[in-house]
Order: sequence, then C-alpha cells, then structure tokens
Amino acid sequence: MAEFTMPSLGADMDEGVLQEWLVSPGVRVAKGDVVAVVETDKATIEVECFETGTVGVLLVEPGTRVPVGAPLAVIETADTRAPTEARREPAAKKPLVAVPVVVPATPTENLVPQLARPPARAPVAAGPPVTGPLVRHLAHDRNVDIARIRGTGRGGRVTRHDVDRASVAGIPRVRATPYARKVAEELNIDLTALQGTGEQGAVRAADVRAAGAATKGKGGRPAPVTRPPEQHGGGQSMRGTIAHLMARSKREIPHYYLSTTLDLATALAWLRAANRQRPVKERVLPAALLLKAAARAARAVPDLNGYWHDDHFEPGDGVHLGVAVSLRGGGLLTPVLRDADTLQLPALMAALKDLAGRARAGRLRASELTDATLTVTNLGDQGIETVLGVILPPQVAVVGFGAVTDRPCAVNGLLGVHPMVTATLSADHRASDGAVGARYLTTVDRLLQHPEEL
Amino acid sequence: MTYEQALGLVREALSRVVPDAGFASVGPDEKFRDVLEVDSLDFLEFVEVLSGLTGVRLDEDDYQDLTTLADGARLVAARAGV
Repeated sequence: MAEFTMPSLGADMDEGVLQEWLVSPGVRVAKGDVVAVVETDKATIEVECFETGTVGVLLVEPGTRVPVGAPLAVIETADTRAPTEARREPAAKKPLVAVPVVVPATPTENLVPQLARPPARAPVAAGPPVTGPLVRHLAHDRNVDIARIRGTGRGGRVTRHDVDRASVAGIPRVRATPYARKVAEELNIDLTALQGTGEQGAVRAADVRAAGAATKGKGGRPAPVTRPPEQHGGGQSMRGTIAHLMARSKREIPHYYLSTTLDLATALAWLRAANRQRPVKERVLPAALLLKAAARAARAVPDLNGYWHDDHFEPGDGVHLGVAVSLRGGGLLTPVLRDADTLQLPALMAALKDLAGRARAGRLRASELTDATLTVTNLGDQGIETVLGVILPPQVAVVGFGAVTDRPCAVNGLLGVHPMVTATLSADHRASDGAVGARYLTTVDRLLQHPEEL
Repeated sequence: MTYEQALGLVREALSRVVPDAGFASVGPDEKFRDVLEVDSLDFLEFVEVLSGLTGVRLDEDDYQDLTTLADGARLVAARAGV
C-alpha cells in the first residue's frame, strides 16, 4: 500500500489545492497516469501517480488546500496483496514525503462514503462555463467576482476582456490601498466586508489590522475565508512566489554575467531553407534552434548543468532545459524540455509547442515542471536586445537570448548587415568561474555556425 | 473568397490560438500580435490553423503580411481565389 501525496512542484511550493480527482476508488492506475489536478500559486497542474496499483481511499476532497507531502489518496499496490513482495518496497519506491497529516477538519471516516460516490468530474461539466486559470487570476488581481461576469467568449467563457471591462465598470471593486490588500491576504480577511477610513472610503492597512484583531479576539482564529479555495491561487500569490524565489536567488547566489553577440546569418538561412520543405505544422522557429544549441553546449560544458546543493555542485543526470514561458496576464512558468540535447530539432520544436501551449492553458503535468538542470529565457519576442536572467535555485546558471535583429557587422573586412542575437549567461560563481561560462557561450556560437549538425 | 469571409477565418484562427482574446479590443488595422500578446509560438500556431481553415499555404515570407486582421484577410482572400 502506498500513499499518493501532494507533490512539490518546485522549490517554491509549500502547499497546493486539490482541484479535481481524475480517478475514483477501485480504478487501476499505472505509474505515470494522471490522477488529479492540483492548483498551486502559479498554475493548474496535472499530477501523475508514482505507483502502479488500484486507487483505494481518496483522502482529500476537491477544493481542499493541503501542504506538500500530505497524503491525498491511498494506492493499493500489488505489494498489498502479495506480502512476500512487500520487503523490497521501502527503498525502491520513489520516496514518499512524510509529513503530518493536516487534511480537512472533517474526520477521514466521514469523508470516505462521500468520496466513494462516482468521480468528482461531473461538477466540471455541469457547472458554470470553465474559465481558464489565467483569467481567474486576473479577476482575482482586479478583485472582480468572476461568477458575476457575463462571459462573451466561446460557450459563455469569461475572457480577459470581460474581466477588464468588469473591473473598469467597477462591479464589486473594493477601494483599498495595495498594502491593505497584502495585509488582508496575509490575515485572510475579506476586504468587501470592511469599512474604509482612508481617502474616499479606501480601506487602509490599519482597517484590515483592526478587523483582524477584532475577529481574533472573538474566535481566536482569523476571519473565515469567504472566497472559494481555488481563488486563493491568484496572481497575487504567483507574484509572491516569484518574489520569494528571486529574492532568495539574489541573496544566496553570487551571480556573474557574460554576454556575447552571435551572428545567425548561416543558421537562419539554413532554417529558412529547411522550413520551406516542411509543412506548416513542422516548421521550426529560430527559438527552437537556440534552445537546441543551448542544450548541446550544456552537455559540452557540464559544469553549468546541474544543482547547487549543500555547498557543492551536483551535475544533472542529463540536460533538462527549463524554458521560461511568460503567461498572458502576467507571471511565468518554466516547463522542462527533458533531454533537450538529444532531441532532434523537429521533436524539440513539437515538445516546445506542446509545453508552452499547455503552460498557458494551465494544463501542465507535475513532472514537466520539475528537475530542470538549466534554464533558458528568451525575451526576443518582446523586442528586447539583452536579457540578464536571475538564476532559479538550486540551478547554477540561466541562459538568455534577446531578439534576433539585423545589425551591422564586419564581414570579410567590409561592413555587412546580418541577423544577430545577444546571448547571455548568468552563472553561480560558487559553482563555476568566468572561464567556464565563456567556454559555454563560445560553444553555443560554434554550434550555431553549423546548424545542420543540431 | 470574399474579404469578409477571409476576415472571419482570420478571427476564427486567432481565437483558437488565444481563446481568451476579446476581439472587441482589436481593430482591423491594429497589430494583433502586440494587442493580444501573441508570441512567435502562438503566431506559428495561428499560421497553422489559418492554413488549415483556408487551404492556403502560408510561407515564412508571408508573415510580414500577417500583422493586422485586415492585412491577413486580404492576403488570404487573394490567395484563395474565387
């Protein structure tokens, strides 16, 4: 028997909301099957099972916020029925994080009969039109109640535009200072219930604190949460998560920065010719070529590919590129291209399209967000020339590509105009020195001069 | 294909790529990539969908004519013939 626990989907995640069960008790599952949808502060993620067996008891109801490591369900593995095999289980299995059970207030016994009913999928289909997590986050940021917006998108979907309009129209917008909102979020206090004493009745932090003290005095606990649980994972929290992680990076990691300009004339001419032979569906973007070069260079210069753990560098078990994908409506995710150095270009391109699409749709799987050994950020689409990234701990480097633009350059002693890109490296000086970083960037350059080998 | 039909297909393709797009906010002569924050990946998908919907082959050289809804519609209408 094994427990299916709330996974850690990144160094920055402490808890998550179990949003939906995709299995019900009695269903056979295999390792790698998607069994649940979890919403973190950053995204909605499909979570896979680490065991093969039969789903036993579902311990947590959809909508419940639980800490990382808390058991969500019991998986009856083959070992349960064949005790002789049980011996080999403990060490061989993926480590199950042992964390005290802090599951809902309701005793587990009472939950079982409820949850034993048919899977909890029905509400999704029957409920109000599904709204993407990004729009939900936006609505949360703007303090707009999404349930009260009439959607104009497909099938009554609420779109960003609808949220924009609603927040401008000021439907249930509470006037409050940004600091008051932050305090309210920390204290779990509903701003709509407060009487503001600031300018034009704006709620100030002091009002929130007073309300917090009042409720504490009465019940000894913070005010009841009036928002439905999934709305907690709003854009504010994503901002907070990024803030926390990036502050930690800059506090702990002594960054050094290198930059070089790469001539892409050969690479892009080759890519253009190759794309003409391909159907639209298989066209490869310059971004994929840059990623492939970054991955191959990481294999060649392994000192930048891995993690800084307990005062020493641990090389990665392959080149798993985290690719920074910015989300519409703010924030970013870094889904992982596993073994990017070994993927053929069309396969890498397909994987990139798939990951970016699902990152934006809020449909990434847990394994696709973890274990990156090196991150690449590409701000070329935003027309930026140079990006000097902040390292995502525990990684030891981040590679940046700016926009590919035509620039003057020296060609055979004359002035020419070639498509160029600025490639940068931010690296952890504890793990490597500038010479290593320089070797990395020159390797990227060399690889891009022979695109047919990528 | 008329300009209006082509415009409809361009909008349709774009709305599949950016499902949350509020078209009320995009004028026919505005650069939709900027307005809707369409990056190169989204754009490629848009080209793919539009190609599928219209049966028109769109090469990388055509991308410069696909910056606004109106330009895109004109290109598709001309390319698709009658």
